[in-house]
Amino acid sequence: MSSVKKVVEMRGITKRFPGIVANDNITLSVKQGEIHALLGENGAGKSTLMNILFGLYQPDEGEILINEKAVKITSPNVANELGIGMVHQHFMLVETFTVTENIVLGNEPKNGLQIDIQSAEKAVEKLSNQYGLKVDPRAKIQDISVGMQQRVEILKTLYRGADILIFDEPTAVLTPQEIHELIEIMHNLVKEGKTIILITHKLKEIMAVCNACTIIRRGKVIDSVLIKDTNPDELAAKMVGREVSFHVDKIAAKPKETILAVENVTAMGNRGVNALNNLSLEVRAGEILGIAGVDGNGQSELIEVLTGLRKATSGRVLLNGKEITNESPRSISESGLSHIPEDRHKRGLVLDFTMSENMVLETYFHPTFNKNGFLDYGAIDKHAAKLIEEFDVRTPSIYTPARALSGGNQQKAIIAREVDKNPDLLIAAQPTRGLDVGAIEFIHRRLIEQRDNGKAVLLLSLELDEIINVSDRIAVIYEGSIVGIVDAKATSEQELGLMMSGGKRMPGGGNDE
Amino acid sequence: MDWGLIISNLVHDTIVFSTALIFASLGGLYSERSGVVNIALEGMMIIGAFTGAVLTYAFQDSLGPLAPWIGFILAGVAGAIFALPHAVASVTFKADQTVSGVALNFLAAGLSVYLTKIIFNGAGQTTTLSSVFTKWSIPVLHDIPYLGHAIFEAYPTSFLAFIAVFFTWYLIFKTPFGLRLRAVGEHPRAADTVGINVKKMRYTAVMISGALAALGGATISLTTTSNFSHNTVSGQGFIAIAALIFGKWHPAGAMGAALFFGVAQAIKSLVQIFGLTKYIPTEFIFMLPYVLTILVMAGLVGRSSAPAALGKPYDTGSR
Repeated sequence: MSSVKKVVEMRGITKRFPGIVANDNITLSVKQGEIHALLGENGAGKSTLMNILFGLYQPDEGEILINEKAVKITSPNVANELGIGMVHQHFMLVETFTVTENIVLGNEPKNGLQIDIQSAEKAVEKLSNQYGLKVDPRAKIQDISVGMQQRVEILKTLYRGADILIFDEPTAVLTPQEIHELIEIMHNLVKEGKTIILITHKLKEIMAVCNACTIIRRGKVIDSVLIKDTNPDELAAKMVGREVSFHVDKIAAKPKETILAVENVTAMGNRGVNALNNLSLEVRAGEILGIAGVDGNGQSELIEVLTGLRKATSGRVLLNGKEITNESPRSISESGLSHIPEDRHKRGLVLDFTMSENMVLETYFHPTFNKNGFLDYGAIDKHAAKLIEEFDVRTPSIYTPARALSGGNQQKAIIAREVDKNPDLLIAAQPTRGLDVGAIEFIHRRLIEQRDNGKAVLLLSLELDEIINVSDRIAVIYEGSIVGIVDAKATSEQELGLMMSGGKRMPGGGNDE
Repeated sequence: MDWGLIISNLVHDTIVFSTALIFASLGGLYSERSGVVNIALEGMMIIGAFTGAVLTYAFQDSLGPLAPWIGFILAGVAGAIFALPHAVASVTFKADQTVSGVALNFLAAGLSVYLTKIIFNGAGQTTTLSSVFTKWSIPVLHDIPYLGHAIFEAYPTSFLAFIAVFFTWYLIFKTPFGLRLRAVGEHPRAADTVGINVKKMRYTAVMISGALAALGGATISLTTTSNFSHNTVSGQGFIAIAALIFGKWHPAGAMGAALFFGVAQAIKSLVQIFGLTKYIPTEFIFMLPYVLTILVMAGLVGRSSAPAALGKPYDTGSR
């Protein structure tokens, strides 16, 4: 074996929660200076293992060695002292505090009785320069981008002197550009002598940055491999337990009549400026139109206008030739539009309602479920049971609150509900965000199935791969307008990237001035 | 009519009436900034008013002018202890903080009157105290015409209240303790992951809250009323909550709001000077502070900036 020091060694870690064994005899060994991936589907036990390493949970069995010495990590404080820092998936940042306040919280430099904010800011600036983590020390968290918030999280661990950094699904919330920057940051950190453990289920990132990878499935270690000796297909098969195809199989689209027509729509964004500028597009029956763009170029506003959640200030939206501009969400939904929302927790589900209730959120008033002003729970439950069966939603029962389900199953439930309405147009906004390979495959198949059944599908995603693989045509959105429409088979990531950054306009883009 | 004198009197009275509200709303600020709703300010003020009055009564013969000080300080201690069940219920047992607070309000109202009846042979109120706080005049400054009487002649508790505002501002916004307290009220899990003991912070905050609210209550019985009865506090704890929210959970804001509500009470005497009581029933004038509270809460507050984790128990195990 090489002489490189093992900085983290977890031996025979077992952790049981009521009803499940989250970690079953897991062994993980991470060498000094490497980027080690911890790969597994949602619920495989990655986060549990890392929470044990960070002192948030105590293992039932097993031992942990840090720098080849046995340790007991009883709290995050102990982890900090051992040089372990965690960049949490849901940032542990106080929104109303400044960047500096968040970084020094719990470890404040003092000047007499008060916090020495000047020297704190200097310390932040110094770290920020040393590792190439650009932040504004005086900005409030609520005013900065998600990418910068993540850099603050990283700085927080570095400020505490962490040498071992755990990144929990760090790219889930980032745009492609930010992911690129993050990869660079990770390389910088390793150059400065840090060791990184990366929790993820994204194979592309593992191939791009990691040296080694430990694969976990259902709480057990499946394998530990060196990245140079493996390939994405092998990793995926190990993670899911069967062969997974990344190539989305589909027959050629047979587009027919226009289902959705958006004509010169302009709408105001939350900041009081136009988020949509004279935007026009068409989606036909039997095709999937993908919308590519950098986050914040009007995607969310477009969906909101189409679904009746935001008013268009001018322009028209036609569904099956009938004008639905600025109609109420219910009337739009009833005219044959289904919507898989961007934020499934905020708009897709009522988390504290049962699965059964969630399945009729848009249809509870239909005569099938509503008898003389009273909900017919018998019919509602039967309906839910049918959908859950059909779409393979893994839930203990139809009476389980939505909150208790994994992200993948929550998303499957939403898709079940939306597809069951048999819409002419299905809008899918970031339908696979935060989901694992198996669930992504399932959702892509369902979208293509809709298309093959002669429905129109509008797909919005920040993942370029998804747009290219699933769509038939791709419209690129930039600053609230469509700047070009291309054939998915004939385009490339480079071409799309250029258009997404406003660098190139193509014919078919609604409003060339 | 000397308008200067009238305004000078109005400001003077405003400070008198605001003092208790300032103490209590600062008390609310500690608790709520840490994420614990404190609707029990009223009860804590009652306990303070009661303890202050009874202890002053006990010591006034032996200690004379020192007695109200003893009563005042021990009222604070009593308030901190009385607040403890609220911390236990809402922090340790993660109970509903509003329910717990309401329970303490009932407990305080019942307990204080009950004990008063036992101590004072069945009377519904304490005997009038012979030794209470007397107003201080700041040398030289109080000689300034109008302004001197308005601002530099006041009960020592009023001066303390303003010092407490400054002290609280410094503690909350300038010290590590304050940063941590606010972090616990905004994002307890973030605080937990950097090694801050969320429970300890919240217990501390709730107890400080009880102490300050009780000082506010004691202020009333030891300055304006000189005794304790069931209606000594009469809803000022709730007005203090309104002041806290109106002041956007900021010490200076809370003070400003407390002064605003103080004006409403002070105006009573003004109305009497003008003889307006002939035209307006006094009941309506006495209603003013409460009516103003409703109007302010309903209309002016708008988007207020409550601590993000306010009212939410912190559960270490939740993912």
